[in-house]
Amino acid sequence: MTSHMLTRSLDRAATLFILIVATGGILIPLSNLLLPAGSPFQVPTYLVALWGKYVCYAVLALSIDLIWGYCGILSLGHGAFFALGGYAMGMYLMRQIGTRGVYGNPILPDFMVFLNYPRLPWYWNGFDMFWFAAIMVILVPGLLAFCFGWFAFRSRVTGVYLSIITQAMTYALLLGFFRNDFGFGGNNGLTDFKDILGFNVQAEGTRAALFALSCLALIIAFVICRAVVTSKLGKVLIAIRDAESRTRFIGYRVESYKLFVFTLSACMAGVAGALYVPQVGIINPSEFAPGNSIEAVIWVAVGGRGTLVGAALGAIVVNYAKTFFTSGVLAPYWLFMLGALFILVTLLLPKGIVGTFNSWWQPFKARQLAAAEASAAREDGVSEPKMAE
Amino acid sequence: MNVMDSRATSALLYLDGVHVSFDGFRAINNLSLTLAPGEMRAIIGPNGAGKTTMMDIITGKTKPDEGAVLFDGVTDLTRLDETRIAELGIGRKFQKPTVFESQTVEDNLMLALNVDHSVRGTLFWRESRSETERIDKVLETIRLTDARSRLAGSLSHGQKQWLEIGMLLAQDPKLLLVDEPVAGMTDVETHLTAELLKEINKNHTVMVVEHDMTFVRELGVKVTCLHEGTVLAEGTIDQVSSNERVIEVYLGR
Repeated sequence: MTSHMLTRSLDRAATLFILIVATGGILIPLSNLLLPAGSPFQVPTYLVALWGKYVCYAVLALSIDLIWGYCGILSLGHGAFFALGGYAMGMYLMRQIGTRGVYGNPILPDFMVFLNYPRLPWYWNGFDMFWFAAIMVILVPGLLAFCFGWFAFRSRVTGVYLSIITQAMTYALLLGFFRNDFGFGGNNGLTDFKDILGFNVQAEGTRAALFALSCLALIIAFVICRAVVTSKLGKVLIAIRDAESRTRFIGYRVESYKLFVFTLSACMAGVAGALYVPQVGIINPSEFAPGNSIEAVIWVAVGGRGTLVGAALGAIVVNYAKTFFTSGVLAPYWLFMLGALFILVTLLLPKGIVGTFNSWWQPFKARQLAAAEASAAREDGVSEPKMAE
Repeated sequence: MNVMDSRATSALLYLDGVHVSFDGFRAINNLSLTLAPGEMRAIIGPNGAGKTTMMDIITGKTKPDEGAVLFDGVTDLTRLDETRIAELGIGRKFQKPTVFESQTVEDNLMLALNVDHSVRGTLFWRESRSETERIDKVLETIRLTDARSRLAGSLSHGQKQWLEIGMLLAQDPKLLLVDEPVAGMTDVETHLTAELLKEINKNHTVMVVEHDMTFVRELGVKVTCLHEGTVLAEGTIDQVSSNERVIEVYLGR
């Protein structure tokens, strides 16, 4: 049932993208672990962690491109789903600390002891088990997106109004998670992680493995997105994006489609957040900041909306630029540069990097193909090449 | 209507005493109209007569304040939404051609086919012979076979109008509502469109809204003239166009 979906979704560009990510996901950890430190080909551990972070951002960007690029839903609150996935993973990591915390309490994480929690809040139960946390990583963002989308899409909230309420959603969560009595560590969030599945999160081997897993997650997310957008469902999504009421009059239940793709996207964002947290070592309420979600939308716009590959590329390029510029003398001006980048891309490259490349490359390829066919026809003597009219 | 038959009327479409106002403006005022199965009807009338609003009511985009709208004698359309009404078999062509511009002509028709429209159905969909054959047939009818893999956005205005009619055909509804199909068309295209609609009428009930009187005359069907949201005159094109009131408010002396 699904094999035809795979063959349909993996064209040459998609396969190339997967190969590049897979190569990076294998070679970078290997070079970090096997080559001696100081060798020019050895990737230092801090870079592995940094790049791992970029890969997680790329997964988040893919999830945004799926709804924005293909269905026209501009979510300015997708960071919320990313952060929720991160918190679910963070809760697991907190409970793995056990007696090694500052207060040595075997059950309660440090912040709970500090804030005089008598016992573990009920919603922390089960997070000592990895499988449970792994399910929650997908379930919690998915459930929130489902409920949110259920009300928003059925009430036909679209366009800028939807964008604004997604901002409100992530801001509300930001305020909630800041509160100490919310049970998630308040302002400080969750940190001081020790182990993941018994491996030290600080160890080089663990970091390399997390990097490889992030690349694997990027590949899986990419394949899922491709399978969705190359199916007939993908064509319906584009139809909704371009002419929503027309789609309705043909007999498609637009709200169901939006709900499906929005929930799927939120689940993907959750997984990205879960992989992000052990690599950066902390999750706190600032991840819910509305600015983060807007920044993620900028990555997609820069890379090329509605191209998937562009979204991933945009996330990596913009974040690389961010790291580069915020570590130099230009650091105070980074936000101005980001703003300028968004304006310039909107004005000069409205299709983004990959979109612009495609619109330049495809006519070129089509011309080449036509020329090849014409010359083949000439050789066969089947038909005379047409004269230019 | 005291017959205890489940069908209240033999008409395919039955509007009775329909009222709609927008902020005090009475767009539709005690409108009653019936359309027999297999019929083609032309609707004419001045701007603001309520032609498009009537289509909005039939397709579920606008809910009437009062009045009955029955489809096929049994279904109360005022209680259903656009998707449900489309599923029942009412297709609509908009005044301004609305096709999916960034997709190919073939994909436009494929999306319109009346097959499984559920999320699951479209996710696991695969092309089938019968669907391709139906698309081929529609492409032939609307004279766009050569344009099948072109983007709909690159078609001429007239071709877009035809593509949208083709999408209606692919949808294969019992009732087609066609809003100003020849607006902006050349004389040749207008003539071809009249032929096309007559062809479609062989298997479908059609309601056409149009201003172009030459075109309406060419269709040669019963004409209803609307004015200020109600029926002003009904009959053959000659009867309607010689009606004093119609001449006064619409055709001009």
